[in-house]
Order: sequence, then C-alpha cells, then structure tokens
Amino acid sequence: MATSLKLILEALLFSSDKPLTVKDFHLCIPDAEISDIKSALKILEHDYEVLDRSFMLKEVAEGYQFRSRSEYGSYILKLFQTTPNRLSRAAMETLAIIAYKQPILRHEIERLRGVDVGGILRTLLEKGLITVMGRKELPGRPLIYGTTKRFLEVFDLKDISSLPKLKEFKDFGSEEYEPSNVSPDNGLDKENHETDSEGGSTN
Amino acid sequence: MIEEKEYKVRLEIFEGPMDLLLHLIRKNELDIFDIPIALITDQYLQYLDMMKALNINVAGDFLLMASTLVHIKSKMLLPERDKEGEEEEDPRIEITRPLMEYLRLKELAGELSERDLLDRDVFKRHLYPDYASQFEGQEIQLDVNLFQLMDAFKRIVEQRLPDSVLTYVADPVTIKDRIAFILEQLRRENTIFFTELFNESRTISEFIVTFLALLELVHIGMVRVFQPGADKDIQLTAHFTDNEEKDNGNITKADT
Repeated sequence: MATSLKLILEALLFSSDKPLTVKDFHLCIPDAEISDIKSALKILEHDYEVLDRSFMLKEVAEGYQFRSRSEYGSYILKLFQTTPNRLSRAAMETLAIIAYKQPILRHEIERLRGVDVGGILRTLLEKGLITVMGRKELPGRPLIYGTTKRFLEVFDLKDISSLPKLKEFKDFGSEEYEPSNVSPDNGLDKENHETDSEGGSTN
Repeated sequence: MIEEKEYKVRLEIFEGPMDLLLHLIRKNELDIFDIPIALITDQYLQYLDMMKALNINVAGDFLLMASTLVHIKSKMLLPERDKEGEEEEDPRIEITRPLMEYLRLKELAGELSERDLLDRDVFKRHLYPDYASQFEGQEIQLDVNLFQLMDAFKRIVEQRLPDSVLTYVADPVTIKDRIAFILEQLRRENTIFFTELFNESRTISEFIVTFLALLELVHIGMVRVFQPGADKDIQLTAHFTDNEEKDNGNITKADT
C-alpha cells in the first residue's frame, strides 16, 4: 500500500505546477488516510534526496512541489531565454516589512522606510506577492496588507512561520501599532490567501 | 566638477532620507549610537542643496528628515538636565531608533533575497493554461488579476473614448442587463475576448457597467478570466454548471 500510494502522489506532483497540499492529495485519493499520505510524502521527499537528482521534492507554500536545484538555475534561464525575476532593493525591503509585520498598514511601512511606498505596493500587488487583507477600523479605513501564498512559493518557504528569524525583530517597529501577537499564519487562513487578491481590492 | 559627478551617481542610490543618513554615517565612519549631530546635519543639508542644484526634485521625506535633524541639533544645545537633575533621554534617539530598525530591515531584506527564489534560482514545472484547458471541466489557471483587468479596461476606455465626457442622463443600462449580455455572448461562443465586450458600448457609463458586470460574474464564479501569454489579449470563458445554465438563479443575486 505504502509503495503504490507513494507513486500515486508522485504522479500527481509530476503533473502539477502548483504546490499540492495534503488536502489536494486527499481529494484525489479519498480512500487514503491523511497520516499515510503525509508519511508517504516524507518518504518520497527522502527518495529524491537520496537519488541526488537535479531536482527535488520541496515543501513550499503549505504544499509539495518538484523544483530544480539552484545549481542548474543558470542553464534553465538560458532555456527560457529570460532574465531572472528580480525585485528592486526597495521592493525587497518593503516586502520584508510586510512579511515580518503583517498585518500592516501602509503608513506603518512608510514610517519604517522613511519614504512613500505607494508605487512599490502596487508592484508587489501586481506580482501577487502581497494582498489586501481588509481594512482597519480607523479614520479613512486604511487597507491592511499581508503576504500571499505566492510569496511563500517564490521565497521557498514552507509557511509564514518558517521565515528566518531575527531575535530583536520582535519589537521591530511596534511603537504605535499593537504588537502583532497574532502569529502571521493565524491571521492568514488559506481562503483569504487565495481569494483576497481579487476580493480584497474591490471593496 | 569631479565631486559633482560623484554625487550624481550616488544620488540615484538614495532612495530616501534614511538611505542618505546611513550613507553619511558610513562615509564618516560614525558610531550609530553616538552620532555627531551637528556634522551630520550640515552634511545632510549640503546634500539637499546639491540635489536642488542638480535639479533633482527633493521629496518631502527628505525635508522632513532635515527638520528632524535640525530639531535634534537645537535640543542638544539646550541644557541637558531637568530641574530634578534627572537624565533626559538623548534627543538623538529620535533618529537612532529608526536607523536601527532600518538597518535590521535591510538585513532581513538581504536574507530574503538570498533565498532560493523561484524563477531566479530554482524552477518548477510549467504547464500552460491552453494545455490544461483542453480537458473539459479542468480548472483554468486564473492568470489575470484585478490589476491587469483594470489596466485592460483603462486601455479600452482610452482608445474608444478619447474625450470621455460624463453626462448625467439617467442611463437605462444596469449591471443586470450587462450580466445577461455577457452570458449571452458566452453561450454563443465559449470563449470571447475581453475587448469584444465593449464593442457596442458608446458611453462611459456603459463601459463601466459592463466592467462591473464582468467583475460580478468573476466573483460569483460564472466567468473565468485568463490570458494565454503576457502580450496576448485577455480572454473570458463561461463556467456554468448545468443548473445555473437552466435557471439564471445566481444572476438575480448579483444586482444587489
């Protein structure tokens, strides 16, 4: 059982370009136990690790995905004849603030960076890396920003709590805003992540 | 002359007042916790003058920082102690703290960009939407987001209504009408181009109402929007279940 389940999972992963979650697998193989799926995934991940191929099975964005190893990136770029997808330094800094301080308001980002971030926010929204999570009940009902699942996928993160930690960053910028006790993954349930990019910005 | 050239190059790097301040601190090899405020303020203001001389528009952010620096400088000149002899907080904390935060932020941004980034360092398998859509009932990847849709809409309005005038004549066109219109088109041809929706529209309100109708249809999941490639036209496909096709039950919900 374990072997064939593993191969079904492999086939699904092979034919998908999105990270597949345990839930996705379970929908395709309803008879399998969740725990069996999880352990089969671990075995599969390990299999590829041991095989030492040019690609591996990675746990990203709350799911699993086949990815090439970074050593081969330059060759693949030639194949697609594209320049790598880069973010400007300013965009990266803004994204870092949002990732670590979400849910966050625009003026809080601007306070930390000392400059207007309107254009950068738009770029990040367009790239699908951040999303509007809602509005804060403050005068002007400012928009609240957070990162998306796409962000996790692009930045090779299992989930938002696996962001590299810096100790001092806990008190970072929490001068006027209530310290976000809300751990980022509570604030961002899956549904939000997927629908907000359209829904959030229409209101 | 040489100096001015040097500034020109550097100024492009200064994204904001914080960057400039950090640059000055590094250039002078200063301790961030013990900034000689008079020196920094002078140099900072020199830079602003330089920017003006080079015809660079000095953003308000830079001026705000300048006023903060001058304010701190003036505070430093006043007697340091309160009447009770209590040690006052160093006025420089007003810039030290944000600078520290800014440095940490840069560090974090650096760490983020060193990760194995998708489509830069690592790659996933690519399936193309056309390929996936060959299979009946298979979800088409929603490649178009609201911004792209709005950009496309903006282009259409600009192209077709070069001098758009808003007239306040009561317009008979409702979102409900336009929803019916879009669905009608989609029933005839399974896939239509976004631009086709606006072929018969004449007034700005018709454009807008049609666009809102489309958003509503996407929202309730009856229409899917996708783009075959970055330069291709946005396309729409119907996504009805059999029930919805028979009675347009969902549509009445839409005009609330």
